[in-house]
Amino acid sequence: MKPIQPMEPMPPSMLARLKNNKIIQAWLVLILAICFGSSLAGIQLTLGPRIEQNKINETREKVPELVLGAAHARQLAEEQKALEIQPQSVAVTKNGRQTAYSVLEARDPAKGRLGWVVKTGGQGYADKIELLLGLDPAAEKVSGIFVLEQKETPGLGNKITDEDWRSQFIGKETDRPLEVVKDTADKETEISAITGATISSRAVTTIVNTAVADLKGKLAAQ
Amino acid sequence: MPDQPTSAERFIQGILPENPVYRQLLGLCPTLAVTNGMQAAITMSGAVLFVLFCANVIVSLIRNLLKPHLRIVIFTLTIATFVTIADRFLAAYLYQMSKVLGPYIPLIIVNCIIICRCEVCASKQNVVAAGADAIGQSIGFALALSSIAAVREILGTGHFFGIRVLPEVWPDWVVMVLPPGAFLTFGLLLGLINWYGTYRAEKAERG
Repeated sequence: MKPIQPMEPMPPSMLARLKNNKIIQAWLVLILAICFGSSLAGIQLTLGPRIEQNKINETREKVPELVLGAAHARQLAEEQKALEIQPQSVAVTKNGRQTAYSVLEARDPAKGRLGWVVKTGGQGYADKIELLLGLDPAAEKVSGIFVLEQKETPGLGNKITDEDWRSQFIGKETDRPLEVVKDTADKETEISAITGATISSRAVTTIVNTAVADLKGKLAAQ
Repeated sequence: MPDQPTSAERFIQGILPENPVYRQLLGLCPTLAVTNGMQAAITMSGAVLFVLFCANVIVSLIRNLLKPHLRIVIFTLTIATFVTIADRFLAAYLYQMSKVLGPYIPLIIVNCIIICRCEVCASKQNVVAAGADAIGQSIGFALALSSIAAVREILGTGHFFGIRVLPEVWPDWVVMVLPPGAFLTFGLLLGLINWYGTYRAEKAERG
């Protein structure tokens, strides 16, 4: 007697195959992804311009203070006068690589150019530091700096945002690089470091030096 | 299915008996990271309330369509959407605050409190219970965050909500606003709450 052959398994029906299809099982995931994706696109379209504007405003608000000094800027705000601000991008080729600085030119409608504000940045102690650097019309002197973004150690490195420390930079000449010293700065080119935060202080000074070196010639020529 | 707590029970439980931070020890990343000031702590709690509420409601609405092996994907998808909305909103209307909170808003996506609530409550109960649960848990989270932030901000900077509360002679304990301060404060407060819980339980036992 012949042994009974085991039966061939029945081919799964169309419906069963569809039910086991991984893509079809995930229909809810796909539909939700489409719904959520489009609603996020909508949100981005509505809020995107506002967020961009916030970023630009943050820079622009600081221009009078950086170019004219805090006291003069306050006076200007009281008189409700505004400066003309013309943004431009200055390309710099360094070590064969091209980088672009975003530069704002501050003009008084009557008196012409008042100064420059350069947006720049570099590595700090903890994370990137972003700075605004104010220069006089001929780019010969620093007229102020402002820290836009930093994540330095609270209580030590984050003192780079204090006005007391930042004001050291005001009036420094730009023809020689600035140096950080640990005790009181007595020479024209010296910046005194924040106690316990020499690296943060040095980082800010290096960022200023680099931007000045890159842009001094180009801005003075304009 | 075992009996699920009612909406009111869900709401009450989230605040203290099952406080997400002090009782479940969930969501500790923002708890430690953004509690060096009251404003940041409150904004963070607000963002978590929004995300948790929306995620819980959506998950509860689609709970009968969930497949067991795909549920986590759907939870994450829902949470990520609302976190992105919260993040964009903060950047548009509270720009300075969104810079202070930095990456911790996007990190709400991986906040265990939310995925835990979706799993434990929203995927099993109706919308009302899920909503009540979300609000209860968020209030619990806000209480925990603000208790830690109050201690850290007052001792570390002498300020509360940016207003000076301690006399100028107070030597600011900078360590309190630094990361170690978060661990110290959280540990001590957690210990205190556990001690108080045990003390009450013992007292109730003795009558």
